[in-house]
Amino acid sequence: MNEPKKQKFKTAETKGGGGGPRHGGFQKPKNTKQTVLRLLKYLTARKGILVLVFACLLVDTLASVGGTYLLRPMLNGLVSDAAVSEKLASLLRSCLLLFGLYVCGSAATYAQANLMARLAQNAANHLRRDLFNALESLPLSYFDQHTHGELMSRFTNDADSVSFAMEQSFVNLVSNTLLFVGYVAVMLFTSPILFLITAVMLALNMLSFKVLGGRSRKHFRRQQAALGQVNGEIQEVIEGLKVVKAFTHEDEAISEFDELNQAYRDAATDAAFYSGAIFPVSANLNSIGYAVTAVVGGLLALVRGFDIGGLGAYLLYARQIGRPLEGISQQLTALLSALAGAERIFEVMDAKPEVNEGKVRLGCGLDNHSWVWIKPDGSTVPLRGDVRLEHVDFSYVEGKPVLTDVNVFAKPGQKIAFVGSTGAGKTTITNLINRFYEINGGRITYDGIDVRDIEKDSLRQSLGAVLQDTHLFTGTVMDNIRYGRLDATDEECIAAAKSANAHSFIRRLPDGYNTMVTGDGANLSQGQRQLLAIARAAVADPPVMVLDEATSSIDTRTEQYIQRGMDALMEGRTVFVIAHRLSTVRNANCIVVIEHGQIIEKGTHEELLAQKGRYYLLYTGQNKLD
Amino acid sequence: MRKLLRYVRGYGAAAILAPLLMFFETVFQLILPRLMSEVIDVGINHDAAPNENLAAPLRALGVTDLMGRDGFNYILAIGIIMVTLALLSILVGVLSFRFGAVASQGLGYNLRRALFNRTQEFSFADIDQFSSASLITRLTNDVNNIQQTFNMGLRMLVRAPVMMIVALVICFSINAKLTIVLFVVVPLMAFGIAMIMRAAHKLFETFQKRIDGLNNSVQENLIAIRVVKAFVREGYEKTKFARSNDELRDAGIKAVTTVVLMQPIMMLSFNVSLVLVLYIGGRFVIHGTLLTGELYSFISYITNILMSVMMLAFTLLTLTRARASADRINEVLEHEPNLSDPAVPAELPEARGKVEFRGVSFKYDASGSGDDVLHKIDLTIEPGEFVAIVGGTGVGKSSLVNLIPRFYDVTDGQVLVDGVDVRDYPIHALRERIGMVLQKNVLFTGTMKENLLWGKPDATDAEIERAARDAQAYDFIMARPEGFDTEIEQGGVNVSGGQKQRLCIARAMLRHPSILILDDSTSAVDSATEAAIRKSFSENLKDTTVIIIAQRISSVRYADKIVVLEDDHVCGLGTHEELVESCAVYQEICNSQREGAISE
Repeated sequence: MNEPKKQKFKTAETKGGGGGPRHGGFQKPKNTKQTVLRLLKYLTARKGILVLVFACLLVDTLASVGGTYLLRPMLNGLVSDAAVSEKLASLLRSCLLLFGLYVCGSAATYAQANLMARLAQNAANHLRRDLFNALESLPLSYFDQHTHGELMSRFTNDADSVSFAMEQSFVNLVSNTLLFVGYVAVMLFTSPILFLITAVMLALNMLSFKVLGGRSRKHFRRQQAALGQVNGEIQEVIEGLKVVKAFTHEDEAISEFDELNQAYRDAATDAAFYSGAIFPVSANLNSIGYAVTAVVGGLLALVRGFDIGGLGAYLLYARQIGRPLEGISQQLTALLSALAGAERIFEVMDAKPEVNEGKVRLGCGLDNHSWVWIKPDGSTVPLRGDVRLEHVDFSYVEGKPVLTDVNVFAKPGQKIAFVGSTGAGKTTITNLINRFYEINGGRITYDGIDVRDIEKDSLRQSLGAVLQDTHLFTGTVMDNIRYGRLDATDEECIAAAKSANAHSFIRRLPDGYNTMVTGDGANLSQGQRQLLAIARAAVADPPVMVLDEATSSIDTRTEQYIQRGMDALMEGRTVFVIAHRLSTVRNANCIVVIEHGQIIEKGTHEELLAQKGRYYLLYTGQNKLD
Repeated sequence: MRKLLRYVRGYGAAAILAPLLMFFETVFQLILPRLMSEVIDVGINHDAAPNENLAAPLRALGVTDLMGRDGFNYILAIGIIMVTLALLSILVGVLSFRFGAVASQGLGYNLRRALFNRTQEFSFADIDQFSSASLITRLTNDVNNIQQTFNMGLRMLVRAPVMMIVALVICFSINAKLTIVLFVVVPLMAFGIAMIMRAAHKLFETFQKRIDGLNNSVQENLIAIRVVKAFVREGYEKTKFARSNDELRDAGIKAVTTVVLMQPIMMLSFNVSLVLVLYIGGRFVIHGTLLTGELYSFISYITNILMSVMMLAFTLLTLTRARASADRINEVLEHEPNLSDPAVPAELPEARGKVEFRGVSFKYDASGSGDDVLHKIDLTIEPGEFVAIVGGTGVGKSSLVNLIPRFYDVTDGQVLVDGVDVRDYPIHALRERIGMVLQKNVLFTGTMKENLLWGKPDATDAEIERAARDAQAYDFIMARPEGFDTEIEQGGVNVSGGQKQRLCIARAMLRHPSILILDDSTSAVDSATEAAIRKSFSENLKDTTVIIIAQRISSVRYADKIVVLEDDHVCGLGTHEELVESCAVYQEICNSQREGAISE
């Protein structure tokens, strides 16, 4: 089994239309002009090269049009009344000239394509870089509002179609237009009467494009809808195949699928037909034009003495004129979809980045070990880890408050435990301390400084985090631990792993600390990933920690193992912990019980038990959080 | 690839007509330049007499004065023939596309159906072997790929060779010596194209790998954006990205600058042959051994021949690319499901719900060298018992219960349901006796009611309501405005984990099974609700054997019998009280939960 693993189902849905050219997914850009201008900026970064590309294009077109035009005197020369020897010499001259012209043309074509490839690859490179940089600067709320799949497709589908368009469509559009204009000019010059026939043929061609294109779009939409259903059914049934079998539901699944499969087949047949039929229709309309031209040209030759060479050259043009038009229409479709893609990319780039107006920075104390806050005026405040939330209000979406009037005070070295049901707002509170989100009311201070006055990077560097769903990066185990502090030595990383209780399992991995972590740690167990995340936070060694404890999806014995690591991490720091374990909660300096975004109880374990409130019910197991 | 062709069955006529009509379209189109040369040589220049092949039928049609009005009649007649041929070409060309679409979409339909049906026959082991994601890719992308390639191949594999051969024959008939030019240029061009394609193929592979790598790192960043931000690693990630982005650009430039050689080389080949033909042919014309019109048509034919070489090259390239897809599809189609109904099924015993494991050993890869997941398990579960299975992760709890509905076959020993080996039951008959709530459970798109009906397709509304109540699902279902008609979205995203589990329990209960198995299916349900579900089990399912797997001691302590699994064997069997006394592993589990969770 060697299929590309990363191929996501989504691509099947968006690209699976298939069959024929891109007449289907017409996505029109909204603001074409601005998008084009902005996109051009990427291409015109090196103007000199672009000018060269156009020069080559021109040479190419001239060689192509001119070469065919040379045929006229040449062919006439063959049948002229001149002496044989003179005719032979003139033929040789013409052929050499023609050969030279064509060599120039091919050289220009290559030079143009080569230069353009470099330009386009560089442009795509800059576009992707700008997009990624913009993405990294966006606030978390942006990632909440957009799915990973959606943002991924900016890089995959959109960036690809833009880069393809920059490489091919753009130049082809220009060159085909030049070619078309050149052909028309020469044809008109050769014989205006014959050109009438060509014009009628072209008009018919356009008409057939319009009629068949419209039909094909209609059926493509039908096909897309049917495809979505078929693929949806495939995904659902295959992913739930074990359930299907457990309930002996195979026959129903088969007949349901057959219905959808048939509907898709019928829609796809029509779509493929109408999009494909354009080719024979257009090619053979061209043939009719060719036939009529031959006849009328022959008559002209008989009646009005139209020269044979002119007719020969014209017939060659008549066979070729369809091609630039076909090219233009194909490139236009590609270009339009690329522009729509570019527009979506620019949308991401234009999204508002994280606010970062803070001036207070984090610095090293005089003894090189302790950390200090450096204020804009140069004065310093030692970092102690005193964090206060005062009357904090917050909502993700305006009008739907998630937290109201939250007051929490953590003195240096204290442990604050948050308890409450899923969705009560525990994680939200910790995200506000990190300033992942901006509060709507109240204030949060860190050692007396409003967190909004602290430079964001400094603030986050002073806070460690272990999040519940652990994420790791492709790289070795060591790299992943070092992510916490990039300049940590191997020894420091190993020490951190030891303190996090992760050392023993890492040693047993096939390559120890050099074992590659792939696919977000798919080759490690949930518990192992969590331990690595703890080690990663430990190596950063920040004075304040935000922890989200593991839940019962891990079996209880593994959980204990992880907890020992967590406990080591909490030692001697200010800790905000989203607690699931009674032991964590019990020895917290302050337990905060949250319900529907409000603090309903607050105090030590003993105080809260004495209150006989919600916490008491939870503790005694009479009430369970869902 | 060839093996898949039999799936064109039912669309055979279309699959034959499409290339046949394409053959005619190609031939019709190729006749035109030859006719054009008649116009020039006979009609205009009067260098030759009318071609007898044309003149004879025309005379038969009553055109007597062929060369009348200085050749005008002949030109007109030829013109009419040409236009007729072109019109015919449109007709056969369009029809060829129609039949091509019918045949290829038919092939796709048949393949999807065959693949889908085959997956429905798969056993759990087969599903594990292929993985859902890979099966989905095969059913979607791979089939699409084959379908498109087939549609193209159906016509191009006819058009390209026919065009080449017919054009060559006509060229020969016009002037054999001039044709030699083609024998020099065509191989040179084919060689050039092949070389470029080979080089480009490798370069594009590298390019694609870089793209995948880049996309992977973007995806990783998106998933882990909180980690990136929490550790202030935006700058680090940007540098990392810039590096792979630059590598991608360099690979792209290498690949593209190679492949863009193709067009100038093809243009140059064409133009060089043109110049050669013009020069040599021109000399023939001057010497009177070749007619002007013949030279004109010759030029057209060399275009056709060189085009056909390119077409053939691209078609073959596409075909080789589709081979990987074909192989993947074949792999599924040829995979024999590793479980099948017995040749001679046993007589079905009365469904009472007794389960016995006799010396059962099991591992997922029966022939592999790995250790047993379960080793020599002996266990008897009596009808109507409430049995709980506990143990750490990976000790084989799920494996054990999966053997009962014969999701997997034992490696050694036997599993008996109501006294009969599960391998002697027709598979459907066995599974109909068992209600199963899997650990990774799934709801399907459709209403809640439709989902529950999976348990029993002909259940009455009263039965459905009863099952929902028993599974403690009734209240939250009715709390929704649509009640039982609430639509479940794909993946069941609009119900919470606990609700999903309860719906799955209701679905299994609706089956009125004699054996009900819950594999860690109440983990997201709070204890009070869980207790209520347990109560309804004991009240309403008295005769049903219930087997549950659970993590929490609170979920299992009231069971008639608790089975403690450790490594690959049963290390404790008895009631809660007995095990607390006697089983060390059970004590450890209890202890680890004493300081238990305060919330999920």
